[in-house]
Amino acid sequence: MNKYETVFILTPVLSDDQMKETVEKFKKVLTDNGGTIENEENWGLRKLAYPIENKNTGFYTLVEFEGEPTIVAKLETAFRRDEKVIRFLTFRLDKYAAEYAIKRRAVRQAKLEERAAQEAAEKEAPVAPVVEEAPQEAPVAEANEETKE
Amino acid sequence: MAQEQQRPYNQGEIRYLTPLSVDNRKKKYCRFKRSGIKYIDYKDPEFLKKFLNEQGKILPRRITGTSLKFQRRVAKAVKRARHLALLPYVTDLMK
Repeated sequence: MNKYETVFILTPVLSDDQMKETVEKFKKVLTDNGGTIENEENWGLRKLAYPIENKNTGFYTLVEFEGEPTIVAKLETAFRRDEKVIRFLTFRLDKYAAEYAIKRRAVRQAKLEERAAQEAAEKEAPVAPVVEEAPQEAPVAEANEETKE
Repeated sequence: MAQEQQRPYNQGEIRYLTPLSVDNRKKKYCRFKRSGIKYIDYKDPEFLKKFLNEQGKILPRRITGTSLKFQRRVAKAVKRARHLALLPYVTDLMK
């Protein structure tokens, strides 16, 4: 059994429901082939650094899973068959990457909770907005650096 | 520097007969080794941007001071990030 993670980009033309449905479909491919899903992250609609298939944005999803090596080929065939997927990358996590993934998950969770708390607080007492809402990945990146350096 | 030393009002300061060699370059070091980073994440484009020039090219080791081992990993991570459109292959004025 190995740990893997896969990031894939779905076309931005999908509705939210269609997007979730597609993600569920790929998760099912994993579970049907004896994999276990450890973590799932939805990065939402992000701007692409360069256009792919004449599209400038895409829905990013990260899935961390554990399974036999054969599962990867099956997942990637499913990706290739589905034209809603515009890019994918599967990566085997080594020992250090797995450690990092766990840390990253914790950091992300903390950030999400903090943001939720902040939003709740803002709803209760509408204060003048102090800080602009940073793009989604920025807080995670910053936090990583703090832990790294 | 030389001009400054010749100015008359500069008398209070210490003067040197021979100009001091300006060799206070900091020693380069590998940030990964120094801070104990073992895994370089390809999902973190903001961090990887430190190793790119403004055209999006990977900076050489002689500039960043990264050790060979980690330079290889940085390169891998950057290339993965490019594949996922987190970083551009070619661009101008990235920063």
